[in-house]
Amino acid sequence: MRIFDVRGVIGGLFVVYGLIVTGIGLFDSPSELDKAEGIRINLWMGLGMLALGLLMLLWLRLNPPPEPEPDDETAR
Amino acid sequence: MSGLRLDVGLVDYLILAIYFVTVLGVGFAARRAIRTSADFFLSGRSMPAWVTGLAFISANLGALEIIGMAANGAEYGLMTLHYYWIGAVPAMVFLGIVMMPFYYGSKVRSVPEFLRLRFNRPTHLFNAVSFAVAQVLIAGVNLYALALILQALLGWPLWLSIVIGAAIVLAYITLGGLSSAIYNEVLQFFVILAGLLPITIIGLVKVGGVDGLFEKVRATQLGDAALHTFQDTAGTGNPLGANWIGIVFGLGFVLSFGYWTTNFAEVQRALSAKDMSAARRTPIIGAFPKLLIPVVTVIPGLIALVTVQGLGAEEGDLVYNNAIPLLMRDLLPNGVLGVAVTGLVASFMAGMAANVSGFNTVFTYDIWQAYVRKDRSDEYYIRVGRIATVAGILVGIGTAFIAAGFDNIMNYIQALFSLFNAPLFATFIVGMFWKRMTPWAGFWSLLLGFLASLTLYIGHLTEVIPFNSDLEESFWGAGLAFVTAVVVAVIVTQFTPRKPEDELRGLVYGMAGEGGAVSEPAVWWRNPVLLGVIAVVLAVLLYIPVW
Repeated sequence: MRIFDVRGVIGGLFVVYGLIVTGIGLFDSPSELDKAEGIRINLWMGLGMLALGLLMLLWLRLNPPPEPEPDDETAR
Repeated sequence: MSGLRLDVGLVDYLILAIYFVTVLGVGFAARRAIRTSADFFLSGRSMPAWVTGLAFISANLGALEIIGMAANGAEYGLMTLHYYWIGAVPAMVFLGIVMMPFYYGSKVRSVPEFLRLRFNRPTHLFNAVSFAVAQVLIAGVNLYALALILQALLGWPLWLSIVIGAAIVLAYITLGGLSSAIYNEVLQFFVILAGLLPITIIGLVKVGGVDGLFEKVRATQLGDAALHTFQDTAGTGNPLGANWIGIVFGLGFVLSFGYWTTNFAEVQRALSAKDMSAARRTPIIGAFPKLLIPVVTVIPGLIALVTVQGLGAEEGDLVYNNAIPLLMRDLLPNGVLGVAVTGLVASFMAGMAANVSGFNTVFTYDIWQAYVRKDRSDEYYIRVGRIATVAGILVGIGTAFIAAGFDNIMNYIQALFSLFNAPLFATFIVGMFWKRMTPWAGFWSLLLGFLASLTLYIGHLTEVIPFNSDLEESFWGAGLAFVTAVVVAVIVTQFTPRKPEDELRGLVYGMAGEGGAVSEPAVWWRNPVLLGVIAVVLAVLLYIPVW
């Protein structure tokens, strides 16, 4: 069975989430910061998610899924 | 319920919407890879170990689990860690090292199918039907719980959440089968963690770090006892009200082994692995995140205990079960709030999808193909699987609406089906290690073991038999079921005919089958036994600072 690689999905979603949340984190209002005990949580979580996403994509790039055998279809 | 309402903004909804689109996209993409029923029900046995391992843990990381464990953290303190460490890790390692060679090596497609090969058709049918019914009802319970929480947090009407949740899970499983469920579970694993982590981080800063948290917990009603796991377990004078025998044998052995080693919704993830080594590593890889998940469940529970005034009310917004939602409301700004809501929704869908994908496989292979329509084409069974998915989810929706009408029905359904696990584990373990055990011994031990725990449970509900707590009853019920099942297995074996040895190859310990060969892995980090030992040692080490 030949299927796309899940690392691409995780990588893609987390890059998008990372960009959105980092973006918000750059412009958090004082009241938002207050709620989060003064931590720039959006910025840090956003960057963290971005890093996770990029790592997944990098892993996929460096270690792509092996090509299936030609007669893979008949094997169970 | 408006007190729990979150201040969600447009961006939070955007994050949730992107998630829904991604999940559906995975379903559509996975569909193109499906050619045979093995592709649909078992992902074509093609998954790498890290994927099946994360799916394995994600299938268990349902929202009821997360919310419930945070609630337990607030109510019982660190004794809740037993559910993660002694109550999960040894069983997961045992499944990988000892049992997986039989499951994966015998090429069975489901747990009930193993029972058919090892014992007989009545045993198989009893287990297949009870499992199928349980999965559908539990999926409904998950759906109802999702609707309740979205109503409280976002103000969505119950029916809307039920329909949306059901429609999305339905779409991606009907389209892409188990591959789609597994891929989404891996995705959910990361989203759930990303959603919960900010709660722990901000919460810990708020209470002054781990030291500040522990100091404040000592000042609560629970006191210092909340910061220990094994202290005062010689008697029942501890927050959990259980002694060490109950914890080690009831929770750590019977309940935990029953759940992790025979629950097909879990085992199915390992059966989809690409080879024996990956299958054996699946639950063991899952054990590592399991060790650390308390950081985002039990710790927030304690944080809620010391920061939310009046937590622990009998009813209303301040019940223990709202620990995580309350912290989301109090601590998370828009942005990470959207990720947290998405993580919570994702975890409901993970739990439900695990139930539904387990159900459609057992229904198709073990009920329809085995007893109703044999020898049809492979395409026919894929179609049956898709129809079963739709029907299962529709019945689940029905259960959700019924549950909405009765207060405690959710708890009863969950408790009722946990009654099947302990005797099932006993039947399995005796059958796997004792080749003389006869087919009818399998049937009677399963049935009578179940009836034994059912009797105790009904006695508890009607207060005929007094127990200190539901938890204490569940320990005793599981223990009684286990002992009954073992005793019945031994007795019935004396009076009924054995199965020919030829038919037991690959199913019983000491009788290797052709598929059962366990080859040595090339590198140490692919060695299931070594990884398993590391997981258990880590669990022991983690206990030391909080014994």
